[in-house]
Amino acid sequence: MTVTTPRSGAATPLVPAAPPATEPEPTATVTFSIDGIETTVPKGTLVIRAAEQLGIQIPRFCDHPLLAPAGACRQCLVEVWAPRGDQLAKFPKPQASCTLEATPGMVVKTQRTSPEADKAQHGIIEFLLINHPLDCPVCDKGGECPLQNQAMSNGRATSRFVDAKRTYAKPINISTQILLDRERCILCQRCTRFQDEIAGDQFIDLQKRGWQQQIGRFDTGILGIRGELPVGESSMDASGQPFASYFSGNTVQICPVGALTSAAYRFRSRPFDLVSTPSIAEHDSQGSAIRIDHRRGVVLRRLSDNDPAVNAEFVTDKDRFAFPWQAGKDRLTAPQVREDGVLHATSLTEAIDAAAAGLAAALAKGGAAVLPGGRLPLEDAYAYAKFARVALRTNDVDHRARPHSAEEAAFLAHHVAGRTLDVTFADLDVAPAVLFVGLEPEEEGGILFLRLRQGLRRTKGQVFTVAPFASRGVARLDGTLLSAAPGTEAEVLDGIAEGADGPLGAAAAGLAKPGAVVLVGERAATVPGALSAALRLATRTGARLAWVPRRAGERGAVEAGTLPGLLPGGRPVADTAARVDMAAAWGVESLPSEPGRDLTAILQAAADGQIAALVVGGLEVADLPDPELARRALDRAFVVSLEVLPSEVTQRADVVLPVAPPVEKPGTFVTWEGRPRPFPQVLVSTALTDARMLDALADALGTPLGLRSLAQVHDELDQLGGWDGARAEAPDEAAAEPPAVDETQAVLATWHLLLDAGRLQGGEPFLAGTAKRSAARLSAATAAALCVADDEHVTVSTDAGAVTLPVLVTDMPDRVVWVPTNAADCAVRETLRADAGDVVRLARADEASALDEKEVTA
Amino acid sequence: MTTTLTPVLSASWDADHSWSLSSYQRTGGYRGLRKALSMAPADIIAMVKDSGLRGRGGAGFPAGMKWSFLPAPDGGPRYLVINADESEPGTCKDIPLIMANPHSLLEGIAITSFAIGCHHAFIYIRGEVLHATRRLQHAVAEAYDAGLLGTNVLGTGFDLDVTVHAGAGAYICGEETALLDSLEGLRGQPRLKPPFPAVAGLYARPTVVNNVETIASVPGILRGGAAWFAAMGTERSQGHGLFSLSGHVERPGQYEAPLGITLRELLEMAGGVRQGHQLKFWTPGGSSTPIFTAEHLDVPLDYESVGKAGSMLGTRALQIFDETVSVVRAVTRWLEFYKHESCGKCTPCREGTYWLVAVLKRLEAGEGRPGDLEVLADSTDNILGRAFCPLGDAACSPVQSGLQYFREEFEAGMHTPADVLFPPEKSSLFAYTPRSRAQLAGVH
Repeated sequence: MTVTTPRSGAATPLVPAAPPATEPEPTATVTFSIDGIETTVPKGTLVIRAAEQLGIQIPRFCDHPLLAPAGACRQCLVEVWAPRGDQLAKFPKPQASCTLEATPGMVVKTQRTSPEADKAQHGIIEFLLINHPLDCPVCDKGGECPLQNQAMSNGRATSRFVDAKRTYAKPINISTQILLDRERCILCQRCTRFQDEIAGDQFIDLQKRGWQQQIGRFDTGILGIRGELPVGESSMDASGQPFASYFSGNTVQICPVGALTSAAYRFRSRPFDLVSTPSIAEHDSQGSAIRIDHRRGVVLRRLSDNDPAVNAEFVTDKDRFAFPWQAGKDRLTAPQVREDGVLHATSLTEAIDAAAAGLAAALAKGGAAVLPGGRLPLEDAYAYAKFARVALRTNDVDHRARPHSAEEAAFLAHHVAGRTLDVTFADLDVAPAVLFVGLEPEEEGGILFLRLRQGLRRTKGQVFTVAPFASRGVARLDGTLLSAAPGTEAEVLDGIAEGADGPLGAAAAGLAKPGAVVLVGERAATVPGALSAALRLATRTGARLAWVPRRAGERGAVEAGTLPGLLPGGRPVADTAARVDMAAAWGVESLPSEPGRDLTAILQAAADGQIAALVVGGLEVADLPDPELARRALDRAFVVSLEVLPSEVTQRADVVLPVAPPVEKPGTFVTWEGRPRPFPQVLVSTALTDARMLDALADALGTPLGLRSLAQVHDELDQLGGWDGARAEAPDEAAAEPPAVDETQAVLATWHLLLDAGRLQGGEPFLAGTAKRSAARLSAATAAALCVADDEHVTVSTDAGAVTLPVLVTDMPDRVVWVPTNAADCAVRETLRADAGDVVRLARADEASALDEKEVTA
Repeated sequence: MTTTLTPVLSASWDADHSWSLSSYQRTGGYRGLRKALSMAPADIIAMVKDSGLRGRGGAGFPAGMKWSFLPAPDGGPRYLVINADESEPGTCKDIPLIMANPHSLLEGIAITSFAIGCHHAFIYIRGEVLHATRRLQHAVAEAYDAGLLGTNVLGTGFDLDVTVHAGAGAYICGEETALLDSLEGLRGQPRLKPPFPAVAGLYARPTVVNNVETIASVPGILRGGAAWFAAMGTERSQGHGLFSLSGHVERPGQYEAPLGITLRELLEMAGGVRQGHQLKFWTPGGSSTPIFTAEHLDVPLDYESVGKAGSMLGTRALQIFDETVSVVRAVTRWLEFYKHESCGKCTPCREGTYWLVAVLKRLEAGEGRPGDLEVLADSTDNILGRAFCPLGDAACSPVQSGLQYFREEFEAGMHTPADVLFPPEKSSLFAYTPRSRAQLAGVH
């Protein structure tokens, strides 16, 4: 039972929920009847949808509300009468209600009232079952199978078919993850239509015809797709090519039979043994609604949930399959304290006391800083923000465990913090033009890509991208490339002006249209002046500007105030009124006024001994701009690590406090739009949240936070509200001169791929097999200068190290080389200690040295 | 009254090099086009409407009305697509026409294109008929050289390109929307309608799709006038048509006659059923049309009368079967064709034909089971009118009509193989040893 106590004061939540979506008033309606019930629906409504509204379920297989009507399975046949003159005339044939638009005065009789419709439906089910194997007892879909269910509700009790069923070799590995049992397939084409219409990855399609018709793969060579083949093996079809799509898991979910299954879940469970809990995916800032199915405390699978405002009914494969990390065998379970240089498991009380003692000592000699990482729910991020200011009396807090800049901090304070739901997915649906800056929509925000693709197909909007080359994702959005070598993005943005030649002028014209949107990614922080130029561009064109980070916790952390210059709700640290405001809310006398240091400065100070202690949340050292600096800092400072899994931080920590992964705690992720996405606890767990742990730590330090329970955190968040005072100044940084490169060098371009060596993708080999193979992209001229062709190897090196990858010749600026940031065989920050815009050496790798390099990197 | 033959399309088929342009022009070829180019397009459409010309591809939809369904010109392209994907068992009129007189088709294309404002027409020809494709391509080249096609046709300023496209051998591509998908380079499967081709056809532009014979009949209407054409045939099925007699008939071939002629009359002209045998059953319009028996010899072969008698005029492909033929075996062969040619898009046609063939083969082998005839009847009932396109319905016709007229032969399939009841060698024109299945394997 929930007890709500009336709260005093203004009740404005820190991140207010989105207002309920308003259905647009239909311009024209149609009144007709189904099974004698008169109904009025917007013009153009399909009969099957109108019936759903009335609660009448017409059986169906190929129909899917988010896919174009196909009329292929013929299961949804109904009897239809339409007015002709004064009379009703019956359609001579039963009609497929999934393709039939309602017309005025139409009379529809479904299987409930029409023997003809009922017989037609029984006939179709019987046809579907003649060649369908009766392997329900071992089929993953059994128990939640539309064919099984509708065979019971709308089919014959026994089969009249006594002949041989069609059989195929089974299963086909479409990819390492997706398996196809062709004899179960009823050829509804939901999967192929999804891949074509929604994802734009037309890797599978119908092959052969008639009774031999089956789903099969294309030869990607014929389709002109080079290079982006999956890592993993898959069995050969006639063309010898594997299926690769970041959205392939959706085909498993929308398959109305058990023809498509995932290797991860195949033969693992029966649906009726599973307990389902709605949740929010933790892998990106999109906030996809998912459903987590678990059995006896073990998560067995995740499915897409249905949220029209965010991810509709689809999720990325990462959101769907990358969950084993939360229950990894190496999960930290017991608190640990370092004694005599070795970590020992201990009790929580002892660990908290040790941490408090270490922090108290550090506060006396230089102070402590907080690095929460970018993956936390809002509540935990808020606890870190409060812990830093109240318990550690510092503004040295930065969640940006990635390349960052002062310009970015200023941009976030000026434009992002406190502005929630400024630009939303719904705005993208109708945007006449969208410009990406430092953002690959498919790699760094899967749902963003899907939503844009849907919206743009409807509105015929334009997509522009400032990038070194047009990725396949951008090509599938029919995007126009505003070609920019790394480091020159700001210059290109300033070049988008009315009357400019070519694509720059087209982009200016597009962005000037009402509703146009500019989306900047977190990588813009690596380009001096890019965020300033984006702000100028938005002002100049009137386009709206939004920031799309990669990680799930980044947007919420900005609101929670885990930045050196920002308090919760976008309150600038530098603003006295804001500090007073927060001090009052937190019940402390004052808040530290001197501006904090950012992550790099914190690590530098810790390495130099100026900061004596670090409180570190979930982050990977290899993700940081300078992993070596981080290691030195972690080695020197007193480190309290709050972690789920062992990491380089926990190895170097003095106190390790195990905390709960998202599946074992309730919380709220905030999407890039600023939309709160609350999720409940899925599994029973003894693990504590970061907030609970910090609360205990603060208690031990004698500076209680009052964040013991989630209700307490929510009470505070609900009271805080945003900042209505003056906003921070906009950054105005000049673009840097592009570096000079000689013929042995190139400028590095890099970004994260959706599937890579990320820590949270661990423990899922089937998913890893669908990641793209690493390649070094070069222009034709650069490749020619190195005497390399596609699939031959080049070595990209710096003084720190080298990576050798096969070449993929790409239409891009000369003397630029693109490699993936964090692939299994290409960890840019770790190996090269370089990032986008840096100059690297580039050389042809002969076969022998290619092998050597592999051994070295291995 | 005895109906006589009315050779119009086939009038010059016996001429020397009848397929050449010079031969066609000697007999008045391209006069219709010259006349049409001097008329207002709307008048040509009105003339064809008045003539009562109905689609000769099977469905019999009035051609002029189809053309008038095109939306008003919007400056974009409009297309004429000729359906020459003649693949139905028994149907053999368009290929002979293309072989003997391809220019009558090209002239019809030019007239129709001018009438509907099309500047690029396509001929989608069945892939297997390479000889016909070559002859058509040659005729198109001749017409281009003579200024009858291409830019500035006959100096009138009208431009028309004609492209001959060979299909890849799929029966479904005779269905007009599947034909359009195939022509666009996509998988040949029927499209959802609406939109109809008249609104969004080839490349989503307004498109008229007509059969070869329909369009080849247009020059004659221009030359002879609507009244001349309408004077032939019956009240609602006007004009001449090619009747293709095949099977157990003395002189098989093309008989061009007014619609409404009867099989009795046609058989008289063709020398009757094979000597010493009697008519057992026949198809009025190819395998898709329910079979008729000797009792239907006097049914006028026009759209209405044949429909009233329980079948369809279809493509006027009259396959004649004498008493030596097993209905079960004939129906099984037809159904194997439909199973082989089902495009697979919709459930009833894809799965239904698979099932029907399984049951029929059992009956043909004399191994029928109790309930098989009920399954045949009920399954066809569940396919008929439930399929995505009319091809599913077509597969039901032989089974349902076979059961209707010759149920006892299907019942005999419970105990006696069809080749015992009806030895196949008795049906053949000359003595032969039936090839075993093993020898046939891999042929198709």
